[in-house]
Amino acid sequence: MKILFTSTGSEWSSKIDPRFGRAEYLLIYDTEKDELISTDNRSVNGKAHGAGTATAQKVFDLSPDVIITGNGPGENAARVLQHLNPKIFIDAQGLSVKDAYEKYSAGDLSQLPLS
Amino acid sequence: MAQTSNVFKLAVASGKGGTGKTLLSTNLASFVSEFDDVLLVDLDVEEPNDSIFVKGLVSDVHPQYKMVPQWDVARCDLCGDCVDICNFNALVNVGKMIVVYENLCHSCHACSELCHKKALPMKKHHVGDVSVIKSQNLTLLEGRLNVNEEQPVALINNVHSLVNQNWSKYQIFDSPPGTSCSMVASTGKCDYILLVTEPTPFGLNDLKLAVDAAKLMKRPFGVVINKYGSGNKDVEEYCRDNGIEVLGKIPFDISIAERYSKGELLLDKHCFRSVVSSLYNKLENIRISQNG
Amino acid sequence: MDSIREIVVLSGKGGTGKTSVASSLAYLAGKEAILADCDVDASNLHLIMGPDIIKKELFYGGEVAQIDIETCIQCGKCKEVCRFDAISFSAGVHTIDNLSCEGCGYCSRVCPTGAITMMPRLSGEFYISGIRNGSQMSHAKLFAGGENSGKLVATVKKNAYRMAKERGCDYLITDGAPGIGCPVVSSLSGAKVALLVTEPTMSALHDLKRVLFVVRRFNAIPLLVINKSDINEAVSEEIKIFAKSEKIEHLADIPFNTAFVESMGKARIVAEENQFLKGIFESVWEKAKEVADSSVQN
Repeated sequence: MKILFTSTGSEWSSKIDPRFGRAEYLLIYDTEKDELISTDNRSVNGKAHGAGTATAQKVFDLSPDVIITGNGPGENAARVLQHLNPKIFIDAQGLSVKDAYEKYSAGDLSQLPLS
Repeated sequence: MAQTSNVFKLAVASGKGGTGKTLLSTNLASFVSEFDDVLLVDLDVEEPNDSIFVKGLVSDVHPQYKMVPQWDVARCDLCGDCVDICNFNALVNVGKMIVVYENLCHSCHACSELCHKKALPMKKHHVGDVSVIKSQNLTLLEGRLNVNEEQPVALINNVHSLVNQNWSKYQIFDSPPGTSCSMVASTGKCDYILLVTEPTPFGLNDLKLAVDAAKLMKRPFGVVINKYGSGNKDVEEYCRDNGIEVLGKIPFDISIAERYSKGELLLDKHCFRSVVSSLYNKLENIRISQNG
Repeated sequence: MDSIREIVVLSGKGGTGKTSVASSLAYLAGKEAILADCDVDASNLHLIMGPDIIKKELFYGGEVAQIDIETCIQCGKCKEVCRFDAISFSAGVHTIDNLSCEGCGYCSRVCPTGAITMMPRLSGEFYISGIRNGSQMSHAKLFAGGENSGKLVATVKKNAYRMAKERGCDYLITDGAPGIGCPVVSSLSGAKVALLVTEPTMSALHDLKRVLFVVRRFNAIPLLVINKSDINEAVSEEIKIFAKSEKIEHLADIPFNTAFVESMGKARIVAEENQFLKGIFESVWEKAKEVADSSVQN
């Protein structure tokens, strides 16, 4: 299973980035391979419009089964994610990626329904 | 009063919001309409207010569009080139389709024209409306952006084209506040820009930015100070020190605010009317010297 | 509570008193809150807060096309494809008008000699500053003619969130943009409360209704303050009725007050200068915090 975290850094110790569209890093944790791979998303800030869509495209291409983030995707990004249908968990801001993962595993993060 | 046989495009703008652009535009237009045909254009398309003050009949509503790409499932091979081409991230490839974000599209046509399968034909996307409201000699064109649209510039440009095709008389453009792209799109094509300010530190700060914008567009401009008598003298001094003409001073008067709050024009109020009248005469001199 | 609660001050119409309210709330919040000035097009908050700039960075918004005259063969393909009238041809030379160029890049793609490059467009500056209430402010300046796409607003917000995190602030007070466009959308992103500041004029009520549509697209809870409330009792009533029908809690009326006007005239914080007005702002701040806090607990 692949879990995506919106993050402010590329390590397990980095803090979760509450923003989705302008998240600085996208971290993918592959549970089967026990591998954490980081994608630098900061270039999304180089465009005037559509950070949400640009990030959503990247997320789509990474195709995670689960997304762990802070505020949740805005309406532009949500439209893309509908085609992927991941499980989205929110309100992980303030936690490190590691702690967020632990909380998710314990079932303590709130899930967002994608209507 | 002089006959206005030539087109004169007057923009009414400001840096700061709430300084009195609409107050001035609607009353000046009403004043001119007492003796001549006049066109008032409300370009504050995000929050158009002129129709509150100009009471007349809506004779027409023209829907306005911008062109956006439409995905053609039959032709597309999902190569994803269009996603790379779009500089505004308005296209996303979700594996089995291309999702188009009309709200982000700038209508550059690049994706559509460069698609090797011609799978993104352009179609019209409704962004807002232009209403035509007539009140005797005064015609009001109101641009109104749909609430879910985020970009005012395309609509503002549409309204300018509409004006050029259909009207040739004294034209007053009530512009949106600020000094960014909407203000530039509103005022850049005008013959003269009237900057409305207030005698406060905010008014002065924003006036300087508006002056920068006017100079960037190489447009002649002048200033009207509203709420004159309140605040301080810094705006007046700044204009004097920089050779900027102050074409009018609207006095700070609570009864003006009260009448405005009710959606009323103020030409029956003597002290206000005389400011508008004197402003009009000065603008006439400017118009005549521009044509000469 | 771990997460930062953001309160964004909006109005629809300009000039209703957003900046006065935001600065007064920041004054009362002190080190509890970071202040963000997201009204980047002709911003005013810095005039009141007297910031000491700690960090300044250049802001690049979008791109602008540039023609290399050496490589250009004057074929005119760029001018053919430009939809924004940004390329003109005169005296045998093609030139780009920076103000009209929207940075779409189409011309650079069709140029046969690669003479056109898309360059990052310098549109403004953004700052992190110390302010005299002991806290910090994230703010920016958009240069005249710049594209107000919401990106600079997003940058100001991103910095503000980081500052709040670093300083352990629970709240973020954002002075939002007027209108209903991209900057407003950007101002609302992540906010828990939208504090709507209006005035009893027909224009302000009209604009309030429009900005409310935008607020409803987000999860922010709208609250209402009527400024200069006594200049028109009838419209004031109409606004209150509208708010009730929309289930927007009406927090306070701020009567038209010469002290208010005087404070603004000297670019001073209203709550600092006047006890009576301070009392009103105190209750607004307490309530805004309460609503923001309860929205996270759910």
